[in-house]
Amino acid sequence: MNGDNGNNGDKHEPVNGVDAGGVADWEELVGVALLGTERRRGDGAAGSPEALLDAAAVTAVRRRAGLRPAAAGPRPDPAAPDPRPAPPDAARRRLAQLLAGRTGGGGRRGAAPDLTELLPQWLAAAVRHGYRAPAALVPALLDAARARTDLRPQALALAGGRGRWLARLNPEWRFALRGGAGGGELPAPDDRAGVERLWQEGLFAERVALLGAVRAHEAAAAPLLLSTTWATERAEDRLMFLDSLRSGLSQDDEPFLERALGDRSRNVRATAAELLSALPGSALAGRMAERALACVGPDGVVPPGECDAGMQRDGVVERPPAGRGERAWWLGQLVEAAPLSCWRERFGGLDPAGILALPVAEGWAEELHAAWCRAAVRQRDPLWSKALLGSASAPPAAGPATASLAERAKLLETLSEEERARWVAEFVRAHGLSEAFQLLGVCVVPWAEELGSAVVDALDSARNAGSYPWSFSGVMGLAERCLDPAAADRLESLLAVALAEEISGEAGRDQAAAEVTPGAEAYWAEAFQRLVSTLRLRAAMLAELAGSGEPAEPAPAPAA
Amino acid sequence: MTEQGVRWTAEQVLALAPDVASRKAGGKLGGAGPWSQTGGSASGAVWGWCKGSGSTPYRTVVDLTGPAYTCSCPSRKFPCKHALGLLLLWAAEGFGEPAEAPEWAADWLTKRAGQARRSAAPGAAKAAADPEAARRRGERRAARISAGVSELEQRLADLLRGGLAGQEHAGYSLWEETAARMVDAQAPGLASRVRELGTIPASGPGWPGRMLEECALLHLLDRAWLGVGELPGPLAATVRARVGMTGTAEGDAVRDRWLVLAQYDTVSPDGRLTTRRIWLRGAVSGRAALVLDFGPPGRPPGLALPVGLALDAEARFRPGSAGLRADLGERFAAPAPWPGVPAGISTGAALDAYGTALRADPWLDAWPVVLGPVVPIPGERGWQLADAEGTSALPVTVAAGRSRSGLWQLAALSGGGPVTVFGECGHRGFTPLTAWAEGSSEPVALG
Repeated sequence: MNGDNGNNGDKHEPVNGVDAGGVADWEELVGVALLGTERRRGDGAAGSPEALLDAAAVTAVRRRAGLRPAAAGPRPDPAAPDPRPAPPDAARRRLAQLLAGRTGGGGRRGAAPDLTELLPQWLAAAVRHGYRAPAALVPALLDAARARTDLRPQALALAGGRGRWLARLNPEWRFALRGGAGGGELPAPDDRAGVERLWQEGLFAERVALLGAVRAHEAAAAPLLLSTTWATERAEDRLMFLDSLRSGLSQDDEPFLERALGDRSRNVRATAAELLSALPGSALAGRMAERALACVGPDGVVPPGECDAGMQRDGVVERPPAGRGERAWWLGQLVEAAPLSCWRERFGGLDPAGILALPVAEGWAEELHAAWCRAAVRQRDPLWSKALLGSASAPPAAGPATASLAERAKLLETLSEEERARWVAEFVRAHGLSEAFQLLGVCVVPWAEELGSAVVDALDSARNAGSYPWSFSGVMGLAERCLDPAAADRLESLLAVALAEEISGEAGRDQAAAEVTPGAEAYWAEAFQRLVSTLRLRAAMLAELAGSGEPAEPAPAPAA
Repeated sequence: MTEQGVRWTAEQVLALAPDVASRKAGGKLGGAGPWSQTGGSASGAVWGWCKGSGSTPYRTVVDLTGPAYTCSCPSRKFPCKHALGLLLLWAAEGFGEPAEAPEWAADWLTKRAGQARRSAAPGAAKAAADPEAARRRGERRAARISAGVSELEQRLADLLRGGLAGQEHAGYSLWEETAARMVDAQAPGLASRVRELGTIPASGPGWPGRMLEECALLHLLDRAWLGVGELPGPLAATVRARVGMTGTAEGDAVRDRWLVLAQYDTVSPDGRLTTRRIWLRGAVSGRAALVLDFGPPGRPPGLALPVGLALDAEARFRPGSAGLRADLGERFAAPAPWPGVPAGISTGAALDAYGTALRADPWLDAWPVVLGPVVPIPGERGWQLADAEGTSALPVTVAAGRSRSGLWQLAALSGGGPVTVFGECGHRGFTPLTAWAEGSSEPVALG
C-alpha cells in the first residue's frame, strides 16, 4: 500500500508492502514466473516450478502480513459548518425512502403511492422549516437534483455548504456550483465592491444570479447596477436582465424602463413597454389609456386608424400576424396595455361586470373582451378577473370573455386563494372533472375543504357512472399531491365501497391465473387505495418534519 | 419508534419477496385499506387481517426475528403477498404501542419459539443416522478431492514451467475447464479460486505479480490439503473449509449482545446465487463474527439484520477460518436498536490485525476492522482513509459488484472532518461498509 493508491474498484490492487528483504525477492520471483522455469538455467530457488511456487507462497503471505500504511495525500479543506438543525429522525428516514424510490419509476398504476411526486413537497416543507439535509443523504439529493431541474432550488438550498463542498469534488455535480442554480458563491448584496467586481467580471449566469440577489435585497439597486453597463451589454443579455426586473416591479423602475423604450433591440423595447403597462401609474400607462379611451366608449368601438411612431415607441407592434386585420390588432394591444382603472369613468361609473354586460357593436366584442382578459392578467386585477370569469357553473362557452381553460387558469391566478378555490369547486360541481385539470393546477396546495370535497364527490360520481379511473389519471395525480390529508377519512369509506364491489379472483389461484380483466371497480379500488395511502403518507411526512419533540441531533454516544 | 424493534425500511421488506410478481402484489397491499386487527408485540412479531375477495379475511403473522411467516391464504409463495403487504404497512406506519399477540396469532408464535429452542439445543443439529456410512462417504469424498488437488498441482506446475507471459492470450476457457474439474472433484472452494485466477490476466497493469500471488496461495492450499492430517486442529479445519468441505464440527458457542455492523449482498458471477454477509461484533467479548446466508435463484436470503441493531443471541463459531465464521443460535430477545459508536483503531493497527489473522488463515483476503477517527480523502487516482492524527493512510477499495456511491456518502458524512468507519481491511486496501459521523451514534450503511 506504500504510496500506491491507484485503481480503485480493481479487484486486485497491486500491493508493494515495505517488507524488509522481501520486495526485491518478490520482483525477481515474478520475473522468473513470467519467463517460465524451463527457460532459466541455474540452481536458484526457482529451479523447479514447485520450488518457485513454494518460495512465492512464503513471500506472498509474508508481504501481506507485513503491509504498512501509505502516506496520506493532501486532505480536502473541511466544509464550512452548517448551523441549521438536521430534520428529526423519522423525517430523515422518510427522505431516504423518497430518494430511494426516485429511480423506482412508480408510475400511475398500482395502489402504492408514487414517491417521486412527493419528493418536491418534502423538500419544500423542509426548506420552510429551516432544516439542513442530513449529511449522508446529500449525495442522493444531488443526484436527484441533477436528474430533475425542478428539484434543484430546494435540493441545493437543503444541501447547503456541504452540497457545494461535495460538488467541488465530483464533476458530476458541477451544476450545484453554477450561479442561478442557487449554488454559486455570490457576494453579499450590500457588499458594494464585491457586487461591482462580479458584475464587471462574472460569467453571464453569475451576473443573472447576482442581479436577482440584488433585486431581492433592495429593489431600487437593480436598475442602478444595470445602468452602469447597459450600453455595452449584448441585446439578448439586455433582454434577460430586463426580464429579471419583473420581480419586485414598482413605480421606481419607471425612469429606467422609459429609457429602455428607445432601445436598439425590438424585443427589449417590447418587454420594457410590457413592464411599464403593468404599472398603472406610469406615463406609458397614461398614454395608452388616452389612446384606448379614444377608441372604446359607451358609443361604440372605433379602432385606431394608424400605428404612429409614438405608439410603436410604446411597444405596439405594427405588423399583425397572418390572418388578422391590422386595425383590430392595434386596438387589442392598446386595450391590453391601458390601465383597467380608466374604464369605470368612461362607462359612467359601471363596475367591471356591468361594463362586460354591455352589448358591443359591430362584432368587436370578442376582440375587446380578449384584450381585457390579457390586461387583467398583466395587471393582476382580481375584480376584473372575477367579472371576466363569470359564473363558474355557467357553461364555459357562455362566459362573458373566454372559453379557453388556459386563459381562465391565468385569470384565476389573480384571485385570492379562497376565491380561487371556491370558483374552481363550483366549476367542478357543475361540469365534473374532465375539463378541470388546468384550473385545479392553479389552486393552492393543500386544497381548501370545499374544493377537496367537490373533487372527491366528482371522482365518486365518475366511479358510479362506470367510467375508468385512467380517464382521470391527471386529476388523480393532482389529487394525490394536493388534497388536504384530512380528506383521507372520507375517501376510506369510498374505498370500502369500491373494495366491496370489486370482483377479482384471488382465492386459491395464483397471480397468473388472476390476470383476467377485472371490471372498472377493481381499478377504482386500486386508484382510491393509492389516493388514500398517498394522503396518509403526506400527513405522516408533514408531521415528521414538524417534529414530535425528539431531539434532531443524537447526543454524542459513549464509545463501545 | 415502535417497540417491535427498529422498523424496517420498505427496501428491506421488498428484498424478501420471492419474485417480481410478489413484490408488486405485496406493494398493492402495503396501504392501510385492506387491513384490520393489526398489531405488534414487544418480542418482535406483527400480525393483521387482510381483506381479500372472500368474506373471511386472511390472517397473517410475521415473526420478525426469523423472519418467518404464516398466513391463512392458499398461496404457495413464501412469503405471500399478504405477509409482504403487512410488513410494508408496518414499515410505513408502525403499529403503535406493543401489544400481547391475540390468540389467533399467539398459537403459531408459541409453536415457533418452541421449535427455535429445540433446534438451538446442542446435538439436535444433525445426528447422523448411520455414523459408519457417513464416515465412508467422507473418506470417498476426501479421496476425490485429493485426486483433484493433484491434477491442479500439475496444472500450476505446467503453467510456471512455460511462464505466465503467454497467459494474456491463452484465454479464460482453459481455467474454466479446470474449475469444472474441481467441481467434479467436489472441491467448490478450489473451483472458485481457479475461476478467479482465470480473470487476472485481463485485469490490467501489474497482473503478473497478482497472478503469481494467487497461484502461490492456491499451491499452498493444495500442499496443505495433501498434508492435512499432520496439521494442528484449527488450521486443518481452515484448510478443509477453504477447499470447500463444510465442516459439521462445532466450535465455541458465545452468548453476547451481537452488534450488527454491516450487512450486504453479493451476487455470483452467473447471477444464480445471492450471498448475504452480516458482520457482527460482540459488545462484551469484542469478538467479530461473520454470518453468511444464501439465496437460491430468485429467492433473496432470508436472514435480515439491519445495521445498528443489537441481538442478544448465541453465536456458534465454526472451527478454523481465523474464527470468523459463525451461525446464529438461540436468540434471547428481539433485536433492539443499539445507539453507540464502536471504538476505532488507527490504520497501522488495522493492518497489524490483518497480519495477525493471516497466521491462522493465510488465505484470508480481509479482516473486519473499525477504523477511526479517520478522514476520507477523495482522489482522481483513488481514495484514501487517513488517520485524523498523523500522516498514515489506507487506500480505499470498492468490493466487486458494489457501487461507488457509498464512497460519496462517506465523504458527505465527513465534510473533510473525522469519521469512524467499519469495513474490511486486507491486501487490496480497505472496503468501507458502515460509517458514523463525528458526534453522532447513528450508523450509516454505505452502499
